[in-house]
Amino acid sequence: MEVLGQLLNTTLVFSTALIFAALGGIFSERSGIVNIGLEGLMMFGAFAAAVGGYYAQDAGMGAWAPWIGVLCAMAVGVLGALIHAVASITFKADQTISGTVINFLAAGSTLYVVKLIFEGAGETPLLDGFNKVPIPGLSKIPVIGEGIFNSYPTTYLAMILVVVIYFILFKTPFGLRLRAVGEHPSAADTLGVNVKRMRYIGVMLSGMLAGIGGATITLTTTGTFSHNTISGQGFIAIAAMIFGKWNPLGAFGAAVFFGLSQAIRNYVQLFEWSKNIPQEFIFMIPYVLTIIVLVSAVGRSSAPKALGEPYDPSKR
Amino acid sequence: MSRFKKIFATDSYIVPLVAIVMGFLVGAIVMLVGGYDPIAAYSALFKRVFGSPYDFGEAIREMTPLMFTGLAVAFAFRSGMFNIGADGQVLIGMTAASVVGIKFAGTLPSFVLVPLAVIMAGVCGGLWAGIAGYLKAKRGINEVITTIMLNWIALFLSNYIVRTFLLLSGQNRSEDIPASLSMTFLNSVFDNARLHWGTAIALAAAVFFYVYLWKTKQGYEMRAVGLNPHAAEYAGMNVGRNVIKAMFISGVFAGLAGAGEVLGVFHYQSVFAASPGYGFDGIAVALLGLTHPLGVVLAAILYGTLTYGSAGMSFGADVPPELIRIVIGSIIFFIAAQGIVRWVLKPFYFKRKKEKVL
Repeated sequence: MEVLGQLLNTTLVFSTALIFAALGGIFSERSGIVNIGLEGLMMFGAFAAAVGGYYAQDAGMGAWAPWIGVLCAMAVGVLGALIHAVASITFKADQTISGTVINFLAAGSTLYVVKLIFEGAGETPLLDGFNKVPIPGLSKIPVIGEGIFNSYPTTYLAMILVVVIYFILFKTPFGLRLRAVGEHPSAADTLGVNVKRMRYIGVMLSGMLAGIGGATITLTTTGTFSHNTISGQGFIAIAAMIFGKWNPLGAFGAAVFFGLSQAIRNYVQLFEWSKNIPQEFIFMIPYVLTIIVLVSAVGRSSAPKALGEPYDPSKR
Repeated sequence: MSRFKKIFATDSYIVPLVAIVMGFLVGAIVMLVGGYDPIAAYSALFKRVFGSPYDFGEAIREMTPLMFTGLAVAFAFRSGMFNIGADGQVLIGMTAASVVGIKFAGTLPSFVLVPLAVIMAGVCGGLWAGIAGYLKAKRGINEVITTIMLNWIALFLSNYIVRTFLLLSGQNRSEDIPASLSMTFLNSVFDNARLHWGTAIALAAAVFFYVYLWKTKQGYEMRAVGLNPHAAEYAGMNVGRNVIKAMFISGVFAGLAGAGEVLGVFHYQSVFAASPGYGFDGIAVALLGLTHPLGVVLAAILYGTLTYGSAGMSFGADVPPELIRIVIGSIIFFIAAQGIVRWVLKPFYFKRKKEKVL
């Protein structure tokens, strides 16, 4: 039972970054802008959190230092996303290409700056990061208490945001406009919605959230930023977003599913029977399962209709 | 020939060229901000590539898998698909080439063994990509998600195969592969640089890409499906079949890259801790090359030169080699956001037109 609680806990730790980034992806893609750049935006966030957190810690901010890191990650994430927004919305660049550009620029510039600041070292100094905060009372519940209510503050934040963003997207006028811009921009334009502005907001929110996602990795899991801090997590977040059908709740489920896949590696080896299965096959399970689930249950993916199309008012 | 002329007669080459110049300028600005000397850095970069026969040969080696994966991504792109899975397809190709190259080494003469290993690499890479194509065609499942998943599965599957069937005992790699694609006669000319036949196969693949897509009926269908699947279907084309076929061919290109790497460069296959990243470079090369085979070859040359030379930058001018990713990213950015380049070029165009009037 104790193992189960720990497994759940580790799962949530690994899922947190994916949840943030996938939520970010939803904002961007619901507004009609493809965001292949989540990987790069997470990299920006992880980098900014490591550097910002380091200086805050250095300045003696103690427990507040990681939060400064998160703020830096949000800011740098938004700036990174701005490049994507300018290219794909204002200059009508191919959105897949400009997203790829973000990945490239992030990989290059973050390490460049790290080496610049820390005299050639390819890694930031180790940070204290966040500590787990048990929620009084709730953390005493068996399994779930250990699993859910004894987590990092970022994990709580991620879970709260899933609900908040679901509400924003589907129950507020802002959410309606954002989705309208992604489904049928010319109709939204006719009704007086500023298509470009909504899309800018969508993309920049995605940068902010993916930035926090990257920050969680440095501030809870690795403690440093180096070239392999974000290795493919952004792409997994995209998968989680598509898997979850561009819905915050679905993406949450998918992110937890992928988090479990990472956590399972640490736990399955504890069992005697696992010795008979090559470890590679254990690692493969979640990815094979994803494909099987997609084939059998989810069926046709329902992307926002205007996804990937630059909006041209003259074609209305 | 007329088409060849047409490429250079229109302004289609001006935008990429100006984008490249602007990318280098961005890199120079970033270096200046960081307190480095951009001229020293760029000259160190090119000196590293063209300074010695060995380095020049190694730079060509570096370009080869980029050509293959660039062609793979570009081919899928032309048919309306985003193949993020070139990485996995390269790994599967590697593994197929290693298995054939090691297991059949004693029984087959090398003039049969080597082509067989290469063909198996291509076919297996193609089938691996074909899974994503099949799922897209038959079940409408987004190829982005399936190719990402297939990348991971390919990583673990090939590690499993290498660890269980090909392992050199005590090492984290396969036995040496007797089958070789090395161009022995050129290796001595280039001071033992690891040149191999894969480069020639890659160029042939680029020619195949061009001829197939623009000179055959099947290629026409494939491009039609890429441009507008609904119109293509209305015109009586089998969209699903084209999707599967396009992914298969795309995967063949990637698989061949794997064969080149294990049979031509390393002569063994490692157990990889993480995905080696060939596929993501391929995306950049395909985009740099405007998804045209000639463009992809040129882009692979540029990309290979820059990445290989970037190591020289850190020795020669103390500039972190990561800078080169900023340069490449900026070039792709300016190519994608052509509006910016045209805006920069506008005064020049204006002047030229005036001269014509006079």
